[in-house]
Amino acid sequence: MSAASASTGRGGTLNSALFYVFLVVFVLVSVFPLVWIFKMSIVTKAELFESPPTILPNTPTAASYGTIFADPSFQKALINSTIIAGVTTVICLFFGSIAAYAIARLRFRFKSIVMTLILAISFFPAVAIIAPLFIQFRRIGIIDTYLAAIVPDVVFALPLTIWILVAFFKELPFDLEEAAKIDGATTIQAFRMVIVPLAAPGVFTTAILTFIFAWNEFLFANTFLFDDNTQPVTVVIPNFATVYTVDYGAQAAAAVVVTVPLVIMVLIFQRRIVSGLTAGAVKG
Amino acid sequence: MTTTPVKQKKRGGLREEFRNPERRTAYYMILPALFIILVVAFYPIAYSLYLSFHQANINVVGNFVGFQNYVLMFQNTEFLEGLRNTLIFTVVSVFFEFVIGLAIALAINQAFRGRGLVRAAILVPWAFPTVISAVMWRLMFQDQVGIIQYAASTLGIISDPILSSQTLLLIGAILVDTWKTTPFMALLILAGLQTIPGEVYEAARVDGASVWQRFFRITLPLLKPAILVAVLFRTLDAYRIYDLFWAMSNRELESLSTFVYKGVRISQLNFAVGNAASVFIFITAFLIAIFFIKGLGMQTSTEE
Repeated sequence: MSAASASTGRGGTLNSALFYVFLVVFVLVSVFPLVWIFKMSIVTKAELFESPPTILPNTPTAASYGTIFADPSFQKALINSTIIAGVTTVICLFFGSIAAYAIARLRFRFKSIVMTLILAISFFPAVAIIAPLFIQFRRIGIIDTYLAAIVPDVVFALPLTIWILVAFFKELPFDLEEAAKIDGATTIQAFRMVIVPLAAPGVFTTAILTFIFAWNEFLFANTFLFDDNTQPVTVVIPNFATVYTVDYGAQAAAAVVVTVPLVIMVLIFQRRIVSGLTAGAVKG
Repeated sequence: MTTTPVKQKKRGGLREEFRNPERRTAYYMILPALFIILVVAFYPIAYSLYLSFHQANINVVGNFVGFQNYVLMFQNTEFLEGLRNTLIFTVVSVFFEFVIGLAIALAINQAFRGRGLVRAAILVPWAFPTVISAVMWRLMFQDQVGIIQYAASTLGIISDPILSSQTLLLIGAILVDTWKTTPFMALLILAGLQTIPGEVYEAARVDGASVWQRFFRITLPLLKPAILVAVLFRTLDAYRIYDLFWAMSNRELESLSTFVYKGVRISQLNFAVGNAASVFIFITAFLIAIFFIKGLGMQTSTEE
């Protein structure tokens, strides 16, 4: 049947049965919270408070979603998150792909120092700089603007972007670039005309990962954005616990709305995402 | 255009390094990214350190006070509570994530039906924003509508409401973190496993090595680099825990980072002490990394 049972020989069927039980448990545990919260979001208020809880919803309703989408602060937060994560991704890809290309392709002396410095950021406790950044941001007057979240987001996403792009760039065929240079292209031209089109799939994967990173960011947004005109969903949704105190269905619906796009994105691009994540972590 | 010989390995002067067009281009290309990182991350750290030795609030930097902020910090019961919670949380959750993650990685390191499904299941918790998963689990821990609270009290495991007990909240946070990041740990270890050539196992099998011998003598030693990277990464991540505690306990469970946040952003009377705690986190995190690199022999260079 499967390679698993074929290689284990005697007792193979028992082993592979256990193996599949293990897998099923693992998959169930992983997805259970999302499924359950989804169920909480589509039942009526009365059913939500039933004890023992129902397993399947009796009369599904979209009332909780109606509540959430009628809330202007939630709509605004979705837009804010998209802007903050989108701009962060674009800036990171721009500076990141240039730097990653140099690290992956060109010879120069301080490469390992540069890489260590960049890596150091991903180990860096972000909370260690919120006090000085808060002072500085107040001084230049960008508290409560998108910029206050985007600037630190870029810095903490850049190492991830560079690291993954370096791994992708190293796999690209070197010869083509050499050929372009022999034909008289400058380094920059070789980069733009040869590497960029070939690297597009890798860059796209990196974009997805950077976007998820920025979309999920909470600490900086919660420190520098106290105005609900600029707050992203990660800041607004936890506050729903005080806004919709006992309307647990509405809180569940908000959580579902924010995670479902991410889950869909992950399911579509899972193969790429896994290769991107592991390329960044394991020697490429 | 003159080109330098490719094999030239002699260390030329800095001037020579910049005269070479390829190298010069490389520096130009790296500079913007490096500049952003230095200005927004490293400069603030230095400033933070400077502030921690001064009487400071959000508006003015006052007199030099030596280590006074740090003394006040260690006398602060909330800080000590945050430190204790953070240490317990880090050690316990990373331990479980590593053990379960390794087991999962070993199990799925083979071709089988439904690999795609398993990979998807791995990525689903990972893709969730941490605060949102905290909100979700908070709803499941909730004492009126929470499924976990219901199940646990029906089975007689607990009688108190989870959300009003500090101990249960800490256990809950460990559970949620393990749920959220074990798959990621498994993914990193799996990537390491896939770099071990199959012939090594074949040879060991021919020589009559048992399953356990193969695991302890081949798999673990060859996997050490991948494990160290994954565990260090997770340890430092857990050590700075903020969003999970903040959102799941509705600001009640203290960690080092929540202490900093409250000092810097909420109370502002505690600004200097909160800032000192942030320097404390930075230095201790740095020491943890040094311990992994020097003490455990982690490889940091990814160069050829």
